[in-house]
Formats: sequence, structure tokens, C-alpha cells
Amino acid sequence: MYVYDDYDQQIVNDRVAQFRDQTQRFLAGKISDDEFLPLRLQNGLYIQRHAPMLRIAIPYGMLASRQLRKLADVSRKFDKGYGHFSTRQNMQLHWPKLEQVPDILAELATVQMHSIQTSGNCIRNTTTDQFAGVARDELEDPRPYCELIRQWSTFHPEFAYLPRKFKIAVNANPTADRAATLVHDIGIHIVQNESGENGFKVFVGGGLGRTPVIASLVREFLPKKHLLTYLEAILRVYNRLGRRDNKHKARIKILVRAMTPEKFTELVEQEWLQLKDGPNTVTAEEFERLKTFFTEPEYQSLPQQDEHFLALQTENNFFANWVKRNVTPHKKPGYAAVTLSLKKTGIAPGDATHEQMDAMADLADNYSFGELRVSHEQNIVLADVKQSDLHSLWRDAKQHGFATPTLGLLNDMICCPGGDFCSLANAKSIPIAQQIQERFQDLDYLYDIGDLDLNISGCMNACGHHHVGNIGILGVDKKGAEFYQVSLGGASGVDASLGKILGPSFSEKEVANVIEKIIDVYIDKRTEEERFIDTYRRIGIDPFKQQVYANV
Amino acid sequence: MSNKKIIRNGQIESDTWLVIKADSEGRSILPDDGDIIVPLSLWQEQAQTLKQRAGKLGIWLNSDESPESIATDLENFQIIAINFPVFMDGRGYSYARLLRERFGYKGEIRAIGDVMQDQLFYMRRCGIDSFTIKEGKDIEEAISGLYPINQSYQAAADQPQPLFRRR
Ligand code: SF4
Repeated sequence: MYVYDDYDQQIVNDRVAQFRDQTQRFLAGKISDDEFLPLRLQNGLYIQRHAPMLRIAIPYGMLASRQLRKLADVSRKFDKGYGHFSTRQNMQLHWPKLEQVPDILAELATVQMHSIQTSGNCIRNTTTDQFAGVARDELEDPRPYCELIRQWSTFHPEFAYLPRKFKIAVNANPTADRAATLVHDIGIHIVQNESGENGFKVFVGGGLGRTPVIASLVREFLPKKHLLTYLEAILRVYNRLGRRDNKHKARIKILVRAMTPEKFTELVEQEWLQLKDGPNTVTAEEFERLKTFFTEPEYQSLPQQDEHFLALQTENNFFANWVKRNVTPHKKPGYAAVTLSLKKTGIAPGDATHEQMDAMADLADNYSFGELRVSHEQNIVLADVKQSDLHSLWRDAKQHGFATPTLGLLNDMICCPGGDFCSLANAKSIPIAQQIQERFQDLDYLYDIGDLDLNISGCMNACGHHHVGNIGILGVDKKGAEFYQVSLGGASGVDASLGKILGPSFSEKEVANVIEKIIDVYIDKRTEEERFIDTYRRIGIDPFKQQVYANV
Repeated sequence: MSNKKIIRNGQIESDTWLVIKADSEGRSILPDDGDIIVPLSLWQEQAQTLKQRAGKLGIWLNSDESPESIATDLENFQIIAINFPVFMDGRGYSYARLLRERFGYKGEIRAIGDVMQDQLFYMRRCGIDSFTIKEGKDIEEAISGLYPINQSYQAAADQPQPLFRRR
């Protein structure tokens, strides 16, 4: 994991002092609300419906146990004792006091954490695969490149006042895209060219929100050393030409679509020719330096399969189910990656109490070299667990409520904070998640339904990524009442697609019924091997429509 | 002659430049002498007249006026001002870097418009070296916004080498 040197630490410390000064000037009336807005947003601070919300960066999802303990501590001291893990590998506190935010930041700085650029019209936290570095199919570890982008984008002087927010995600796995890169402003794929050299395939202009778009390819292969100059070219074209007259048309996806991806690419390439081979060209030494932070931990050499672990699965069906859903194969023989679920029924998806955070930190220390990752699906991953430890880890995790064995199933939803917390919401989202989780409690039934992404957003801003859920639910406002629009067929992986709206929206109490009817159609029509998304793609939306809207 | 305070090269100084605005029909009224900063449109119409006028000459670019449009005229200007109509409009940051790093402009570059303490750091890094702080803000306080963060990762107009080539 990346460790700060004096330079990195100074930058974060200076930021704390700067924000303390800004907050004091705001409280003293020297800065107006409007003037303070971008300053606090660039530090992850929102003024929400009930209280401010502070979004803390977890760069590309990596957390050391001592950092997670600090998050627990901060949520205990300055908040109501819990935090919310978001879909972009950040953690949000929902009740901090504005005057105390500088103190929170000072605490975070002691463990090399911050909330720099977690909001606002600037380059946000770079995200990646939660199984980076341990996934079997990965071409190479994407994290050194994420760190490179993190440093380059931190306080980039030219790109602090972009037309709109800007999100970059990196993926290095040809078989899975767990970072949903194609719905990012820039999606970077690590790929190999014919001569066996690794480089980057660059996509631009994906995004969700009001106008969901899958990103366009702008460059087939970019040699690694050119990463920063190329990013700078893209950002410069966007900073100059992106629309600033209408907030809803300001994302880069609108620019790319308006001028066509071909024209956009041409402008980027022209700009890049001027920057190429300049000082921002990354040196071999820098790549090497960054890679030294992401070397393998001290793995033991173990057999491919632990016999005892296999035996325990045949003995204990509950354990076997959990292994099936929540344990992911590892590149090292005898190891596995474990997902601790933050999706217990009755709890807002992604929420963790301070006790749970401390407990997860302990589990990381006991079982996984003291490191954790936050996933896009709002769960926590222990990436380096010995197979022989899985059974005792499972028992420990159960005690703390992390062993809900539903990863990737209907109950493992992505859900934004919605109307309970967020001032932009049209409707609540957490009670909808709970309603559905309660309806689908029977594990056998959930397993039978199998892989299914259900995503819920409380408004068009789509923080819950409803467009790319196999089933998406969107809160809408119908003459002042909270209604829910359902879409089908979205997907966020390598075969990313956007969902199609099923039809007129539903009232809150109808939602679980509707989901049930949709599932019935799938169960009825599927062939043996088909996941929900496969059946949908084969039979289309009409059979679902007919079933859901019959007799209304 | 106006005599207002600006920040230049890290100091608070008096300033005599007069920024000429165009009226609603795009006409500008020029004083007979004194140092003036003219709008791009005026330069494009009356370059010859302006060059022969007594007093020093500068130009200002609005946020939708690109630096490419004056790239070949730079030696005529002792100052180039970049207007930030609202502080959320960040196009001027790119313009400043292009003027410095691509077109090699060595004269003074000034930020005008909605300019406050908390933008100065980024502006300075993009090559802007003088600042007209907006009405109602204390210039003595604003000047501390030049160096809030004492290290930077990126290469920019103030630092030709990124940190990874220096650390
Ligand atoms: S999707 Fe809407 S309601 Fe949900 S968190 Fe985002 S802005 Fe708030």
C-alpha cells in the first residue's frame, strides 16, 4: 500500500491548515455562502438536509487497518458512531459539525488520509477493482497507476474549476470490470499490444446521471509513460470546451457526444502532440518507485487447495454457501479474497458502525496482512486470506454481521443514501432496499435466482447507479409524492449496457411486488445456464412489461 | 489616473493600468494617454492605432476568448489580463498556462474579475503573476492565498519539473 513520504505528508498537512483558515473566514463572515461552496466541496463537505456531510477519500479503495480504526474513531468522536461506504470507494460521515471538520481532517492526516477533491467540479478520487493485485485474470496490478493519477490530480492547478465533476477509473482485468470504468468520465484499461508491451486503452465520456452514456474509445493503445500528458490533454480540451451555461449539460459525456467522439479524439490528439514527451512524461524510475508500494505481502507457499477447507464445506452447508458467494479465487495457491458484506437486512447498504469498523480492522490484522479494500458495491474486502483460515474468519464475521452470504445476489444491492439524508433526493431509497431485502429473505430462493445487480438511486443524479443495475430503481417525484421508476437490462461490467425503463412508476408499497413479478418472469423463461441479464437480453423487455402491468 | 492596489510578484503594489471595457455596442472610449488594457475586439479592429498611441498597451481576454487568437501578437503587449467573470469559470487557468508554456509569453499576466484569496494558489501555478482582488475583499489578507500548499505534484508554469523528477 502506498506510504506517504515528507512531500505527501506536507501537502496533506498544509491542506488541513488551509481548510481551517477557510472555515474560520467563512464563520467570521469574510467569505459568502456562494464563495465558500466550491472551497468546502473540494474538501468533500456538503451541506445536507439534516447536517453537513463529509466525504473522506479512500484512494482506489485501499485501507490499512489503522486507517479504518481512525475512521471508527472519528465517527465515534465527531459523528453518530457510524459511516457510509459509497460506490466510489469513499466513506461519508453524515452528521459532522462544520466547526469541527478541520479537526476531523487533522485527525485523518495523522494516518495519511484526507478528503481532498472528493466533491466539487474537479478530478475526484480515482477508483479501481477491489481485487487489484490478487485477481487471477489481471494483466497487472493497476494500483501504481491509480496512485500516479492520484498525485497528478491532487491540487492540479489548471483543473480545479472544471465545468463539472470528473471521475477516472482504472481496470486491468480483461474478464471483469468491477470498477464500472465505462460509466466514468475517463475509463482506463490496462491492455497488451501485439509486441507484448502493456499500455492503456482510453475511453472517455461515460457517465450516469440524467443522460447515461457508455464511454467512447479515444485511444486504442497508449504507451505507459504518456499517461499523464494524455490525461492532461483530455482535461484541457474539456476545461476549455465543456459547457458551463447549463449544469446538466456540463459533463464531458455531453461534449463528446455533441462534437462526436471522432472530433473529440482529434482535438485531444492535437493537444497531446504539444504535450507529449514534455516534463510530465513519466519516468521509468517513478513507475518503479510506485510499484515498490504494491509488492506482494509475505505469502506462505501453500498447496492450491486446502483439504481441510474443502472438507468443512461439505460438512457445513451455511459455510459452503458463504464460500460460494463471498469468497473469490486468488492468484496465490492456498489463498482467497473474502468480501465482508455491509448488506444486512435492516441496515442501509454500505453503512458500518464504529464497532463494526474496529472489528473489520481486527479481522484484517488477524487474517489479511492488516489491509482492507472498499468495493464499488459498498462492501469491504480482505484480499489475502489463507484458505485454512476461512472457517474461523467466517465465524468471526458472522458475529459482527458481515457474513450475509449474498454477494452478487439480489439482496446485495447498491443504494444511495436517498431522501433520508440527501437534500437532492426525490424519494427515499433505503426503505426501498429494506422492503426488497425483507421480501427476498429466503436464501435458497436467492441462490436460485442467482447473480443479479439491483441498484437504487433516490434521484436522477444516479449515485446508486440505477442505469447499470440489471434491475434499476429510481426515485421520482409525482405531484409531490414519492414514486419509483423501474428499469431493466443495465450492466456495469465488461459488457456494460444501460437499462430500459419498464413503464409508469410505482408507489412505495408496490415496489417489492413489482420486483417479485419481474423475478417470476425470469424464473419462468430462463434456460438452465442463464443469469437474469442473459434471459433479459434474449427475451427483451416485453414479457416483463406484460407481467408487471397485467390487470392495472 | 486610477491608483488602486494590486498583488504583483507576491507584493502589494500600486497600479496605474486602466482596463477598458466595451460598451453595449462594442465601442470603447480611450483616454488620450496613460496605460491601458484593451478588449480583444478593440485590438482586432484597431491594432495600428493602438500601437501608435502614447502610453503602454495591454490586452484582456474574456473566458470565451482563446489565447490562440493573440498568439502571434504577443510582443505588442506589456500585460495580458485574463478575466474570470465568475470564479467557477476555470477556462482562464488553461489560457494562462498556454500563454506561458506554449506561446512563451514573458510579460505580466493578470487575473481580473471574480478573483479572491482562495484562487491565487492555482492561478500563480498557472503562470499568473498579478491579481486584481475583487471589491469588498481585503487585499492584505488575500495575499496569503499565494502559498497555502508548499509542495506540488505537477509540473506547471511555476515549476517545470513534476515532483516525481525531483523527489
Ligand atoms: S442519487 Fe440523488 S438522492 Fe441519491 S445520493 Fe445521489 S443526489 Fe442524493
